[in-house]
Amino acid sequence: MTEPLLKVRGLKIGATIYPPGEKSRDIEIVHGVDFDLEAGKVLGLIGESGAGKSTIGLAALSYGRGGVELTGGEVWLNGRDILKSRMADKRSLRGGEVTYVSQSAAASFNPAKRIMEQVTEAAISHGKFTKKEAEERAVGLFEKLGLPDPENIGSRYPHQVSGGQLQRCMTALALCPQPDLVVFDEPTTALDVTTQIDVLKAIKTAIRDTGVAALYITHDLAVVAQVSDHIMVLQQGAMVEYGSVDQIINAPKEEYTQALVSVRSIKHVEKEPGQTPLLKVEGITARYSGTNFDVLKDIDVELHAGQTLAVVGESGSGKSTLARVITGLLPPSEGTLTFDGRTLTPDLATRPLDDLRELQMIYQMADTAMNPRQTVGTIIGRPLEFYFGLKGKEKQKRIQQLLDEIELGEGFQDRYPAELSGGQKQRVCIARALAAKPKLIICDEVTSALDPLVADGILKLLLRLQKVEDVAYLFITHDLATVKAIADSIAVMFQGKIVRYGPKSQVLAPPFDDYTDLLLSSVPEMRIGWLEETIATRKMEAAGN
Amino acid sequence: MHPIVTLVAQRLALGILLLFAASVLIFAGTTMLPGDVAQQILGQGATPESLANLRAELGLNDPPVARYFNWLGGVLQGDLGTALTNGRDIAESIGGRLKNTMFLAFWAAVVSVPLALFLGLLAVRYKDKWPDKLISAVTLTTISIPEFMLGYILMYWLAVKLRWFPSVAILNDSMSLLEKLNAIAIPVIVLTLVVLAHMMRMTRAAILNVMQSAYIETAELKGLGMLKIIRTHAFPNAVAPIVNVVMINMAYLVVGVVVVEVVFAYPGMGQYLVDHVTKRDVPVVQAVGLIFAAVYIGLNLVADIVSIITNPRLRHPK
Repeated sequence: MTEPLLKVRGLKIGATIYPPGEKSRDIEIVHGVDFDLEAGKVLGLIGESGAGKSTIGLAALSYGRGGVELTGGEVWLNGRDILKSRMADKRSLRGGEVTYVSQSAAASFNPAKRIMEQVTEAAISHGKFTKKEAEERAVGLFEKLGLPDPENIGSRYPHQVSGGQLQRCMTALALCPQPDLVVFDEPTTALDVTTQIDVLKAIKTAIRDTGVAALYITHDLAVVAQVSDHIMVLQQGAMVEYGSVDQIINAPKEEYTQALVSVRSIKHVEKEPGQTPLLKVEGITARYSGTNFDVLKDIDVELHAGQTLAVVGESGSGKSTLARVITGLLPPSEGTLTFDGRTLTPDLATRPLDDLRELQMIYQMADTAMNPRQTVGTIIGRPLEFYFGLKGKEKQKRIQQLLDEIELGEGFQDRYPAELSGGQKQRVCIARALAAKPKLIICDEVTSALDPLVADGILKLLLRLQKVEDVAYLFITHDLATVKAIADSIAVMFQGKIVRYGPKSQVLAPPFDDYTDLLLSSVPEMRIGWLEETIATRKMEAAGN
Repeated sequence: MHPIVTLVAQRLALGILLLFAASVLIFAGTTMLPGDVAQQILGQGATPESLANLRAELGLNDPPVARYFNWLGGVLQGDLGTALTNGRDIAESIGGRLKNTMFLAFWAAVVSVPLALFLGLLAVRYKDKWPDKLISAVTLTTISIPEFMLGYILMYWLAVKLRWFPSVAILNDSMSLLEKLNAIAIPVIVLTLVVLAHMMRMTRAAILNVMQSAYIETAELKGLGMLKIIRTHAFPNAVAPIVNVVMINMAYLVVGVVVVEVVFAYPGMGQYLVDHVTKRDVPVVQAVGLIFAAVYIGLNLVADIVSIITNPRLRHPK
């Protein structure tokens, strides 16, 4: 057998952390990982955040992000150990033999330079191609990646193309120097689901046609199953399982892999709507001040007590604006809101205290929704004081009750948000909303920033709390798997309008309108060949990809 | 129309408006000063009649608003009035002095701006290592010493002890450029030391801020060298804040040189202003004040326009 392109042996990666108020100490992020990658093959690295995927990916460029250090082991590329290389040699390797595609192309392109200059820079500075050759290559790659107007798109600035297009440009940037290996670090995670599918196809085609090897890093097993030959599952800096795509998704051996494969399989039976709706949204049209564009156009929806209405759509469809209108943050230009039989005033400032109390909100970024200098007890205690005037022992007791409800138990009252994990933070935000004893909670993408397994836990918690507290959810999300798991009724939004609305069983049953079909079919499925099948059979193409 | 043209036109209009506001403030401020100009000119022994005559002649009996527009009308036509103390045309006396101040400021800028940028880049390249710390320590020390003190120290060493440069900076038209530069060498060094720290620290901070960006990591992963990354990827994105601080310091070089000019007996605007403030020569103070305001507003306008033009989102809209 010939020597593999990339051979990693016992790779250890560490970092120095500086906890506030304590002495700095060294921690190990990756604890000895081994793998091989043959030329022209694709290896998927999968795991939750903190599993060390990106760190391992960057090690293939002999690079440690931030204060990260490659502390031990060997990384052999093209027959030499690049961890022991000298700086000049590392530089000729980066951008020459190995290139990198990051998650956010928008941040990774220099805003002050034209796309072409950035795409060809590495190829030219490593002397692989002349400027003219590199530009010809770039145009060829733009074409292969399905970018519009490949001859001229390079003369644009990054802000002049869409997010999906820029992500393809980043792929062109990585392929332009004709590398042996490309590290793709969550290249489609930041994109809308309907855009992701096209970019994924473009990347897959480009990998196949150029014969380059790739490390494909993602947290989404369904995505990695479409592009990889082999998959390595990582957890907390160690390998859990390694195998072919077929083996990993159809016959996972390890318990952790099995959990990843079966994630998003919550069964939720849809409830019958009651007599009168809890929330009635009628003819709402809204725009932001200073603009002449309606973000919401004539929206009608209803939500019944103790049930969940999922509002689903892509970024820019107006779903978060709907939440702002309902909470009174953005008074609508037309339409009325009826809540529990009474009319809600359009502006938050004029609403009575009880209206404010009964309508709570949970946000996507639990991090920024909490004051980092307040303890969990203070954060949850605030609505108890504000709405119910609770003090002292009584308040303490209620806080502990709420903490028990969100399955956090004792000892969490005195912790600060920084001492909690992402899932725990979101649980505290849920407890804060529940503390007001609301009838309706608006959940704005509450699981989007969480790892799949953690998100599953949050969804299960929300469903259980709905039974106990009889609270209704208006659940805003772009993720259809979440919708299937939690909704009783669904409203599909597209460009400020509701294109499909009704009970879950109806909305998710054919015949579909073109947009709903596109949205539903774009959700990656965990089987080989899904990507090609879907591209071939869908009715409508995504706009602005 | 291209949005940049609109933005720049807005800035220009705002600058002119500001200049008018400044002229109102200058006029109101000097008018409110206690004391009577006529009394000042004629002295304590003047008769009431001669005082009244002079007041009428100077237009001091007119309402302040009328006097303001009278003054402004003159200024717009290039007539800054006549000095009370010597009866000479102010515009004429200022002309030569403004040229001298600009000459000094120009050479101080020619030395200090590139030096500050270079030291800033160097500090970024060797961040937290000894060159960075040395540069910061030295520039912060020089900015902390009062400028007259710096002036006298340098005068003692460079002029008195080493005899490299003259201790007073006197210019005349018969001097060649080299002789002039020799004459202003010490004031230029003093001014450079005074403005260097601010510009260098801002350059360092602006570039370090940009160096945190993801696109810098992209450049590193392209295998580019550190200096090339700083020069071609970081610097273009740090231009706006750097130009801002450079312009503020340039304005300081023109407006704030009063002390340095006095120390070196340099025939510039600062010297002129100080002389006439002590003599309560209001028209001269007004004229100089207006010129200083115009310089400040003009240079800051340049900074604003540069930051608009260097923003690719504004330059190349979607």
